[in-house]
Amino acid sequence: MQVAVASGKGGTGKTTVAVNLAYVLAQEMPVELLDCDVEEPNAHLFLHPTLNEMHEVKILVPEVERSRCRGCGRCAEACAFNAIAVLGDKALVFPELCHGCGGCVRVCPAQALREEPRRLGVIQSGSSGPVSFVQGRLDVGTPLVVPVVHAVKEQSREKVTILDAPPGTSCPVVATLTGSDYAILVTEPSPFGLNDLKLAVELVRELGIPHGVVLNRAGLGTEEVQEYCHHEGIPILLRIPFDRRFAETIAHGRLLVEDFPDWRGEFRALWDRVQGGLKV
Amino acid sequence: MKVAITAQGSSLDAALAPRFGRCQYLLLCNTAGGDWQAVPNPVASQPGGVGIAMAQYLTKEKVQALITGNLGPNAARALAAAGIGAYIAQGGSATAALQAFVEGRLEQVTGPTVSAHSGM
Repeated sequence: MQVAVASGKGGTGKTTVAVNLAYVLAQEMPVELLDCDVEEPNAHLFLHPTLNEMHEVKILVPEVERSRCRGCGRCAEACAFNAIAVLGDKALVFPELCHGCGGCVRVCPAQALREEPRRLGVIQSGSSGPVSFVQGRLDVGTPLVVPVVHAVKEQSREKVTILDAPPGTSCPVVATLTGSDYAILVTEPSPFGLNDLKLAVELVRELGIPHGVVLNRAGLGTEEVQEYCHHEGIPILLRIPFDRRFAETIAHGRLLVEDFPDWRGEFRALWDRVQGGLKV
Repeated sequence: MKVAITAQGSSLDAALAPRFGRCQYLLLCNTAGGDWQAVPNPVASQPGGVGIAMAQYLTKEKVQALITGNLGPNAARALAAAGIGAYIAQGGSATAALQAFVEGRLEQVTGPTVSAHSGM
């Protein structure tokens, strides 16, 4: 049972929903939280986990043995990302563009390419009380995000998994959502929130993932998001009102369900509504 | 000598294009005979690494010098490996840039003039 918390727009409250939900569920079942926002993982700021395991995520990129390279250009034809080119009679690698598919190595007729590991980031795992915790952390300056997201998801061990997705609708989000049983889409009642919610809905429909909306900062702005959800038949699973006290709790790196115990029931009810929306 | 100029249009009086990999047209000019041809950017449809792909195209076309507005780090490395001289011009028409090149008034660069993805 894998539930992804996603949103088109950044800063809507994905992590707030993910960490509070994981904490509440962990009181009654084994739960893990996987922070898939590897470019800026932040769930640890609220769960304060003890991280006791770490391993590196690597891909294999080609290196050219210049004495063997005949400059035939097959490698460059095979590469979809222009990460290898024949310039000045020999192949030249641009490692930061390489996605590690290994195609160039396979087509080289001169065995002039060998593969060397290139580090993309790290996976850290541990626990926060009863919540099992995993996060990925991309190295600064590395543009290749998806393999790190996959590596985070490979660490999944529990039956109930909450995925904290990156914002947006691009490849890292698709990598997070793929294989999920349900997507909780967090948004806010602003024109930006609505615009980006529509993009996120398009994405989860394309992926065939059942979904519902959490409306954060409810009470601000306009009714447009609710009208859109009603019109599209998308359930609103939870409304979190705009409240300065909530903002203070979050700014101090604490959980809403710790400071406001009444909200435990709200997040538990959110889970029941997610269960009710699953494909049977 | 075969020279490539990045241009915003398909004629010699078109404005010089400031971007290399994402230019609209390449003008391939022969400084000896004065003949030239315009080629729409041959790598325009590619999502990334276009500076490298463009350098590879210029190699195939046996271009010896390039005149453009800016070069990113990958393009600069690719052109250097290919042995294609890169010359920087700012503004004006393609023809004026070519004239300046012939008269030796353009600065040759061996490294990038802008950071990666500046032409996106």
